[in-house]
Amino acid sequence: MRIVSTLASLGLALGLAAPVHAALEVLACEPEWAALVREIAGDRARVASATTPSQDPHRIEARPSLIARARNADLLVCTGAELEAGWLPLLQRESGNARIQPGSAGHFEAADFVELMDKSQRVDRDMGDVHAAGNPHIHLDPDNVARVADALATRLARLDAANAAHYAARNRDFQNRWREAMQGWRVAAAPLKGVPLATHHKDWVYLARWLGMRVETTLEPKPGIEPSAAHLAEVLRRTRERPIRMIVYTNYQSPRPSRWLEEKTGAPAVRLPYTVGATPRATDLITWMDEVVDTLLAALK
Amino acid sequence: MRHKPLIMALALALAAPGAALAATEIDQLRAEFERKLKEVQAGYEARLKDLEGRLARNESTAREAAEGARQAREAAPKSAGGGFNPEISLILQGRYFSADGDGHITGFLPAGHAHGREKGFSVDHTELTLGASIDPYFRGYANFAFVDDEVETEEAWVASTALGNGFTVKAGRYLSGIGYVNEQHPHAWDFADQNLAYSAMLGEHYAQDGLQLKWVAPTPMFLEFGLEAAQGADWGDRNGLGSKAAFVHVGDDVGASHAWRAGLSYLRVKAKGREGHWDDDNDVEAETEFDGTSKFWIADFVWKWAPEGNPKYRNFKFQAEYVRRKEDGDLTCADNTADGGACVVGGITDAYDARQSGWYAQGVYQFHPQWRVGYRYDRLDVGSVDFGPAFAGVLSKPDFTPKRQSLMLDYNPSEFSRLRLQFARDEAEQGLKDNQITLQYIHSLGPHGAHKF
Repeated sequence: MRIVSTLASLGLALGLAAPVHAALEVLACEPEWAALVREIAGDRARVASATTPSQDPHRIEARPSLIARARNADLLVCTGAELEAGWLPLLQRESGNARIQPGSAGHFEAADFVELMDKSQRVDRDMGDVHAAGNPHIHLDPDNVARVADALATRLARLDAANAAHYAARNRDFQNRWREAMQGWRVAAAPLKGVPLATHHKDWVYLARWLGMRVETTLEPKPGIEPSAAHLAEVLRRTRERPIRMIVYTNYQSPRPSRWLEEKTGAPAVRLPYTVGATPRATDLITWMDEVVDTLLAALK
Repeated sequence: MRHKPLIMALALALAAPGAALAATEIDQLRAEFERKLKEVQAGYEARLKDLEGRLARNESTAREAAEGARQAREAAPKSAGGGFNPEISLILQGRYFSADGDGHITGFLPAGHAHGREKGFSVDHTELTLGASIDPYFRGYANFAFVDDEVETEEAWVASTALGNGFTVKAGRYLSGIGYVNEQHPHAWDFADQNLAYSAMLGEHYAQDGLQLKWVAPTPMFLEFGLEAAQGADWGDRNGLGSKAAFVHVGDDVGASHAWRAGLSYLRVKAKGREGHWDDDNDVEAETEFDGTSKFWIADFVWKWAPEGNPKYRNFKFQAEYVRRKEDGDLTCADNTADGGACVVGGITDAYDARQSGWYAQGVYQFHPQWRVGYRYDRLDVGSVDFGPAFAGVLSKPDFTPKRQSLMLDYNPSEFSRLRLQFARDEAEQGLKDNQITLQYIHSLGPHGAHKF
């Protein structure tokens, strides 16, 4: 009896010691979703990002540190559309964490809530690293971010019903600020309308569509296949017929092919911040998109 | 062109009785014939047009149907791993191999078996893997290796996904979690062959039928414990024999660019009738059988570097393992006197006690998105090998240190294909300095998912 009461009091003590609002442990696959969780959950979630802006989300290793993080997560917030197919399934399997398994409420995939571009009728590996579900770089369309924010607020409320009102209020606030920011970007980015550009990978199509820019060509011959000399020569020939105004690449892509084309065409090679944290100024989603628009406008001059 | 026979029939019918007809009648007939011909032609053309129209309509409805089906497909819930359930993948591997020796390792009683030692051109195991979630509670996986008329079930297991709290239970045939490279299939190796320490003591890898329990601790640093209870590997007759294994893995990042994992494993296997061979004191190969206990300790360490954690353009991987094996039991050597061997008529059975070890260290550097170069050093210590008194003058411990150096270069046109050239100087067999060349391809078809760290 004594042991039982000791154990009971120990349990009680542990229970009392725990914080009243145990924050949700969230593991975001990419920095943009970590930033979105911070916007909507505030201090009710502890957020970590599995990747940094310097890492290609296609090519991540299921490192032991990531398994340890997945082990303790209540929620995974990822892009989906097979972007993380090379490493996320391993984190889910190796973590022994039932909360974040595919199909459970703890596995949130942003791509489920937006219309994907570049859906292929035929998917074959001879086309390179294409995703059957469509182009996964969805966060580069601000309208998509707004849609995902709504879905994420709903999901957070489902996992943590006690704080549902908190998530809904923060989401409303974010949506208002985001809408206002979008209007600002649309006005500021008016000179970008119709501007032709080349991109390293087929990752900027959503942004180009949103801003009305024209992606004339990609430096990669096929998605995920590094630019070859022969293909670059072909790209150069094409740009002579249809001139481009800039060449865009990201932090985790080699600048060399873009710089080569810059030298040949005179169009500037621009390292565009792919996600939150890619530059010192891009500390959240709004400042990041500010930076994206400003960088593009600067390249136009 | 289909109206040609008709016209001819018509012409014949008109012409046949008309040999004696007057010229005017012929003209009338010709006019009538031409009129009829035009009618027929017009009729055919109309019917053809109608047919064409109907065909086109059918085609467009077919296109619409296909489009509808596609949209329905896209609207359907996405399955993980490339739109198939199960994920099916086929690994095609082949090689050209040039060597003098037969892959013998002096001073070690081999356990298990090795593949891919055929000289010249050969097809390695073609691996077929299937994996999927069975339901919200289990995941299943199987790996079949095909070569010629033989199919081997390399793995076939189910694992829990819903236990939670860091626990996973696996049941079936699986590659044991001991060591580092043991869980890798040959297509994932960084070299064309397995390291010498594994080859000499564990076989290509150690797979067994049984249960595995793993637990990941709720710590910020990766900490994993594993226990296995199984029937033991396929080392001869294993009916009713046991195998137990335990392992612990730790790992973490150091900054954004470095990651590591270290492990310590223990394995205890009972062997019955485990076949091997040993060069006897007359320098003749003697067939052996071992009954007893094998105990292993394995220490492993892996360290990976990629600038800012982006391995696409450049990365480096260092990997090393140390394997220690202690065996005691009875050894039988079969009569090899017919070949001039020392193992007497009827064979000999006596005690066998050995403490042996081996290690390897390797580094692989990817210096370009498509190119990697690697070096591996293997070394074994024959250690102490005590044969019972009955083996005096028959079997004895060689005074020799097996070692090998390997250099490889591989080219990876994409994530799914690899071409490899490997040179090795193999001094694992006493009296042989074997320069080996391997040219290899490893291609994978289908949604072949991620490999572990």
